[in-house]
Amino acid sequence: MAYAARYDGLPARRPLMKRITDGAAPYLYSAPALILIVTVMLVPLALGVSYAFRDIQLLNPFSGAFIGLDHFRALSEDQAFYRALRNTLWWTGASVFLQFLLGLTLALLLDKPFYGRGLAQALVFLPWAVPSFLAGLNWSWLFNPVVGPLPHWFFALGIMSEPSNILSDPQLAMWGPIIANVWWGIPFFAITLLAALQAIPRDLYEAASIDGAGPAQRFLSITLPFLAPTIAITILLRTVWISNFADLIIVMTNGGPADRTQIVASYIFTQAFKRLDFGYASAIALVLLALLLAYSMLIVILRQWLLSKD
Amino acid sequence: MRAKPILLVTAHRLAILAYIAFALFPLYWLLKVAVTPNDLLYSEGIRLWPSRASLEHFDFVLRHSAFPVFFRNSLIVSGSTAVIVTILASLSGYALSRFNFRGKYWLVALMLLTQMFPLVMLVAPIFKILSPLGLTNSLTGLVIVYTAFNVPFATFLMQSFFDGIPKDLEEAAMIDGATQFVAFRQIILPLTLPGIAATLGFVFTAAWSELLFSLMLISGNYQATFPVGLLSFVSKFSVDFGQMMAAGVLALIPACLFFLLIQRYLVQGLTAGAVKG
Repeated sequence: MAYAARYDGLPARRPLMKRITDGAAPYLYSAPALILIVTVMLVPLALGVSYAFRDIQLLNPFSGAFIGLDHFRALSEDQAFYRALRNTLWWTGASVFLQFLLGLTLALLLDKPFYGRGLAQALVFLPWAVPSFLAGLNWSWLFNPVVGPLPHWFFALGIMSEPSNILSDPQLAMWGPIIANVWWGIPFFAITLLAALQAIPRDLYEAASIDGAGPAQRFLSITLPFLAPTIAITILLRTVWISNFADLIIVMTNGGPADRTQIVASYIFTQAFKRLDFGYASAIALVLLALLLAYSMLIVILRQWLLSKD
Repeated sequence: MRAKPILLVTAHRLAILAYIAFALFPLYWLLKVAVTPNDLLYSEGIRLWPSRASLEHFDFVLRHSAFPVFFRNSLIVSGSTAVIVTILASLSGYALSRFNFRGKYWLVALMLLTQMFPLVMLVAPIFKILSPLGLTNSLTGLVIVYTAFNVPFATFLMQSFFDGIPKDLEEAAMIDGATQFVAFRQIILPLTLPGIAATLGFVFTAAWSELLFSLMLISGNYQATFPVGLLSFVSKFSVDFGQMMAAGVLALIPACLFFLLIQRYLVQGLTAGAVKG
């Protein structure tokens, strides 16, 4: 037994000092990152939670008192908040759905080998590298009838009665950021799904076609089941991420016209940045966090339930 | 029998072309307006290429605007963030990859948590913390904030690269008498150079694109990063489309350079996955 212990390299006979330094090693390696995360993310997070129950206004030196649930009471009567909530659903739902659909199609197209595939792949993935603020500005210029072609094309196609900017039309404005978001986000879905597609063993397809399965049948009984876990996790993560993603909206419409494109995340930012009302902004943020947690829990429970049914 | 495959192949190529056109058209338009002289911008409307191209907007932006300052500020912030994050993340990624320790579970849980909650929650508290320290309106403050935001993801990234390197390598070095840190520095790190380059690139681009915290923490023109500078330029001179788009093209350059660098690696990663699977 003594021999075995020595061969395993167990620290049976090492001096105390050495054992302490060995035990501390992983903590020393991770300490700098850990300290930074705790001070710059965890402490502000806790502070932000406390702000939700306090009256904190940057421009008012007398603010700072605890006010209990006052912010939440105000929030429950804030029509702008409810509209932002509805807009968030619409913005997230439409963006994720279109990004996923177009991303999956692109991944399936790129999965077939063809001449120039490397180049095509590089070109279609390029929007992924464009900074989000620039994607937003670029699309708002494209929608602008003064310099952008889109209103004129819509007009020529008869979709619009005159070449106008959809970003200033309350009925249509949300489509602007959604289209920009879809353009920007397709590569993400395509890259993830393409990686999953290429991991499917090729012989499965050969075996299936020898057995007489057509392309549609091969897709439904091989491709989709293999992709399903990747699809589920990507959509879950993306939904949470996009509902928090305010950059495009702040750059393109700033929530307007008439709050028609204000989502909860951009509403929080507006409260903090424009009105400098940190307390109210933190209260909204806390509600958003609770909703996102509830959504994630729901998905996890749904998944467990579906798995246990099989 | 032959007509059907040809039809299918044509449809496939056309679909690919449609995707490429959709992906590139906005960037093409950005470049087109940037090189269109002002007198042609309105008269020629939506022509696909102006009858006369010029670089006057680039010349103006580079010589008579604050954009070189914004560009320099962004370069400083993104560059420092990328370097610091990569150093911190290779240390912590190494700890996660090579050690089994009691706090590991909590460390991973903490890092995952930071990826889940909306960062916009932190805008107000971070401003309140940094302001008395004199770190608002300062590039140092931005570097600290961006570094913290990017460390968790970069740690997981580096961990996956370390996981791909066999443990025997540093065990052999340690039998020869090297301490683990020396083995890490002299044997393992050089082997992860592609991973380090990827991490640098990811973090640089993330910091280069960040908008909300930069808007909140920086107020003067002098310390503004590129996104903030471009946005304030847009709201102030909203008729100078040529100049705005020339600035936009300049903001695109670092991102595109990074993309060209990582692009092959992205494809390689995909094919490696295929071989493994």
